[in-house]
Amino acid sequence: MIGDWLDIGPTDQIAPGNARTLPVRGGEEIAVFHTMDNQFYALVNKCPHKQGPLSQGIVHGNVVTCPLHNWNISLKTGEALGDDEGCVPTIPLKVDAGRIYLLREAVVAKRAAVAKAA
Amino acid sequence: MNAPMTFGNDNPGSGTRERLVVIGNGMAGCRAVEEILARDPGRYSIAIFGAEPRVNYNRIMLSPVLAGEKAFDDIVINTAEWYEENGIELISGDPVDQIDRATQTVIARSGRVEPYDRLLIATGSDPFIIPVPGSKLPGVVTFRDLDDVDKMLAAADKGGNAVVIGGGLLGLEAAHGLNLRGMAVTVIHLMPTLMERQLDEAAGYLLKTELESRGQVILTGADTAEIVEKDGHVAGVKLKDGREIPADIVVMAVGIRPATALAKAAGLEVERGIMVDDHMITSDPAIMAVGECVQHRGTCYGLVAPLWDMCRALADHATDSPSGYEGSVTSTKLKVSGIDLFSAGDFSGGDGAEDIVMRDAARGIYKRVIVKDDKLVGAVLYGDTADGSWYFDLLKKGEDVSDIRDALIFGQAFASGGALADPNAAVAALSDDAEICGCNGVSKGTVVKTIQGGACSLDAVRSQCKASASCGSCTGLVESLLKITLGDDIQSGPKTVCKCTSFSHDDVRRLILEKELKAIPQVMQELHWTTPDGCSSCRPALNYYLLCAWPGEYVDDQKSRFVNERMHANIQKDGTYSVVPRMWGGLTNPKELRAIADVVEKYNAPMVKVTGGQRLDIFGIKKEDLPAVWADLNAAGMVSGHAYGKSLRTVKTCVGSEWCRFGTQDSTGLGVKLEQMTWGSWMPHKFKIAVSGCPRNCAEATIKDFGVVCVDSGYELHVGGNGGIKVRATDLLCKVATEQEAMDVCAAFTQLYREQAWYLERTAPWIERVGLDHVKQGLFDDPEAVAKLAARFRYSQQFMQDDPWAKRAAGEDAELHQHLAEVRPLEFAQ
Ligand SMILES: Cc1cc2nc3c(=O)[nH]c(=O)nc-3n(C[C@H](O)[C@H](O)[C@H](O)COP(=O)(O)OP(=O)(O)OC[C@H]3O[C@@H](n4cnc5c(N)ncnc54)[C@H](O)[C@@H]3O)c2cc1C
Ligand code: HEM
Ligand code: SF4
Ligand code: FES
Repeated sequence: MIGDWLDIGPTDQIAPGNARTLPVRGGEEIAVFHTMDNQFYALVNKCPHKQGPLSQGIVHGNVVTCPLHNWNISLKTGEALGDDEGCVPTIPLKVDAGRIYLLREAVVAKRAAVAKAA
Repeated sequence: MNAPMTFGNDNPGSGTRERLVVIGNGMAGCRAVEEILARDPGRYSIAIFGAEPRVNYNRIMLSPVLAGEKAFDDIVINTAEWYEENGIELISGDPVDQIDRATQTVIARSGRVEPYDRLLIATGSDPFIIPVPGSKLPGVVTFRDLDDVDKMLAAADKGGNAVVIGGGLLGLEAAHGLNLRGMAVTVIHLMPTLMERQLDEAAGYLLKTELESRGQVILTGADTAEIVEKDGHVAGVKLKDGREIPADIVVMAVGIRPATALAKAAGLEVERGIMVDDHMITSDPAIMAVGECVQHRGTCYGLVAPLWDMCRALADHATDSPSGYEGSVTSTKLKVSGIDLFSAGDFSGGDGAEDIVMRDAARGIYKRVIVKDDKLVGAVLYGDTADGSWYFDLLKKGEDVSDIRDALIFGQAFASGGALADPNAAVAALSDDAEICGCNGVSKGTVVKTIQGGACSLDAVRSQCKASASCGSCTGLVESLLKITLGDDIQSGPKTVCKCTSFSHDDVRRLILEKELKAIPQVMQELHWTTPDGCSSCRPALNYYLLCAWPGEYVDDQKSRFVNERMHANIQKDGTYSVVPRMWGGLTNPKELRAIADVVEKYNAPMVKVTGGQRLDIFGIKKEDLPAVWADLNAAGMVSGHAYGKSLRTVKTCVGSEWCRFGTQDSTGLGVKLEQMTWGSWMPHKFKIAVSGCPRNCAEATIKDFGVVCVDSGYELHVGGNGGIKVRATDLLCKVATEQEAMDVCAAFTQLYREQAWYLERTAPWIERVGLDHVKQGLFDDPEAVAKLAARFRYSQQFMQDDPWAKRAAGEDAELHQHLAEVRPLEFAQ
């Protein structure tokens, strides 16, 4: 089972209220968030509006505010909140024994989709 | 238990009864046996192996034992008589070392071999020890069993210093006990919030404050580097930031790991815990497992409540009437006397989830319930946990709460009050002399009279009768009264900071000073924020207000800052950054230009641009490269230009009397001095200055926040100008004769703006809102005002003028610039 999950390191690498990035060779960069409520989420690091780097936004509740034009994006679903419309792919994530795991399939699926489009 | 005595005389392993062997004489193992006996006392002949040399006791009560509130005898669950009466053979002080599944036997440390028909593994958990140097020293203890408690008590007898590593449930209970036993206790916690798995930031803050008031030192965000030794014994704990805390005993309470070694060695399926199905059967049908050592449907538990459910399902199955365990919802309470704290369910919010928050600062209460799809999904209570079990019940049953939604936060008594479930109705039912505002002693009658007398908004009520004008905890009541009295004719008051609060910017600023509020969670608690941790509008505003109010004292909260101010560079639409080094007064020299040229080449910056602020902007720098770029610029003597901040940007100058044939004063020199005085200051919004050497005004000083126009007789000082979409020319503030006076007024005006404007309000709209006269009065009515304001500005500047780039270049906050890792799928690895 473990094999399906990609270990990306200990949880204390990301301070609460912050996010860090994970570039994927041949795919799209992933942003991993740690909320003030101690939850972890992973999204493709691209705002559905104009590709702003969501990892650089302010995190509040489980929403990140995009640094470019202040869209609010749900960390749980990747959807834009309020009147804005759009959605960014989420990557299933689990925390186990103090380490963060991403679903390998989803990390790689992004790459396949991009490769196809290219 | 009513099992007959005769069972005790059975010859183990023989006869018709199946042999049940239990490994682990703890809470789950013994409970499972009790449950089986209750169903079918004659079914098994039972032996229990226990590593601890004693009978089974209530482990969770070790905390009161440590605190001196209970003795060991009080917490024994199963006495020696119980084992005897039920014919159970207890082999204590002899841990099982091996399970041989082929021969169906277990082998204990003493060499004893015990056959089984069914085996139950209930080995609990092992405390996790962080692998730092010194972790094995004498004096480093864990908190799991009675021996640990005895070690702590022995240390406490000698007094001195205790350090507890880990600010979770266990660590805080240990700290409390040692504190009561007279030791000086320091708690070291890695995360910024205590008990972060059970509490949100707001409740964690209240807990920390309470524990500190009891004399404990709580260090959050503190990472242990090593345990320091002296004479073969622990002497202290050293943190990664270099601090060292003396310690005569160190308690490690950083977490637990399911004790799975035995099961793993026997070849059972083990992930984080021993894998079991809904009947607590492991991958070997003859072997069951229960308690903290198991993993059920992906979850490992660390509390007792799930054990009871597990043991029921296990016993049902072991006596041939299988039911099945479906997992547990857990809740947490902290067993520290005088602290009421409760948490249950999921409080991470999320889509469609709605937070209902109630705060009562006067009584130190914070309550938050989370509702999703008309169901209660989580609750965090601090200070008043009376309704904890009611919420937990609603949560477990998944009851529809839409009918009582509005009254939910007020608790069971209120919400189940039928007609009173509507808070407006409840308020309407209050008598006229019922007190509404405790701070100012205003009754309901007075508030209603005020409203009827024409106060049609919350703000009008506040200013006319003072109700809810102080701490704001009665805001909800006043709003209800407005609604009852006026129906839909309520007027909304002045702009609140954001939807998280009913207070305006001015109120928040005033109350921060009056109540000496010094941290964001404290402001939110004391001013009754309606959200747990604010939003992207109020967090940066509060961060600024606190920074301005308490210079040198308040620690900037980086996560409340917009990206540019966190990265100390301007984010561009492609996610790269632009970097603008400071060029004092627009002056530069070959060394600086060379350094900039080198940076542009070395980091392949695609563009360099001369800005309107008379300096150079280097574009297209990647966030990973920023620290190196800054190091290079620092080396040439350049510091951050704060082109990214709500702060002093640039001081634009013309060449002035030094070169220009029209020049009246040294405008360049004054510009440099002004920039040196004001750089690094955080402001409500960006702030620009310019100095022109004569009224021809080449530096465009009359569209700046503060503009100086030199004339023969001195300096004209202009304020409130703005370029941008809506151009506003400055107002003339005053004229002064000397450069020193110009500097003083500049400092004073800047400080007045810093202290009075709303966050994100530039000087132009601020002056339009308050009027130029207000500004002039603030600066000149009191002959001392300029000096006082300027002194406050200069004091604050002492703490602001350290170059943020230098710190980053030296490695501070390096993780902000680095990727976590990189994923290279095989096909792409070369
Ligand atoms: C100080 C403290 C306070 C707590 N407070 C609370 C609380 O307030 N609320 C709450 O819900 N929970 C609390 N807990 C957690 C609770 O005590 C545990 O969830 C519970 O004890 C788990 O039961 P268990 O039987 O799985 O493990 P345990 O009770 O630990 O029993 C396991 C037993 O197995 C023995 N053992 C291990 N390996 C072997 C072997 N190879 N051979 C023989 N014997 C072995 C161990 O020595 C131990 O006696 C607290 C725990 C501690 C330590
Ligand atoms: C987020 C949006 C903006 C960004 C990232 C931005 C960035 C910049 C930068 C980097 C400079 C160079 C400044 C310096 O040398 O310090 C600049 C200059 C300037 N900006 Fe903006 N700006 C923004 C919005 C605005 C707005 C809203 C206005 C109008 C109110 C404005 C008016 C100006 C003016 C007038 C200058 C010239 C400054 C001078 O001559 O001193 N900008 N801007
Ligand atoms: S503002 Fe006056 S002094 Fe300055 S450069 Fe222009 S003309 Fe010369
Ligand atoms: S790119 Fe995110 S809001 Fe515009």
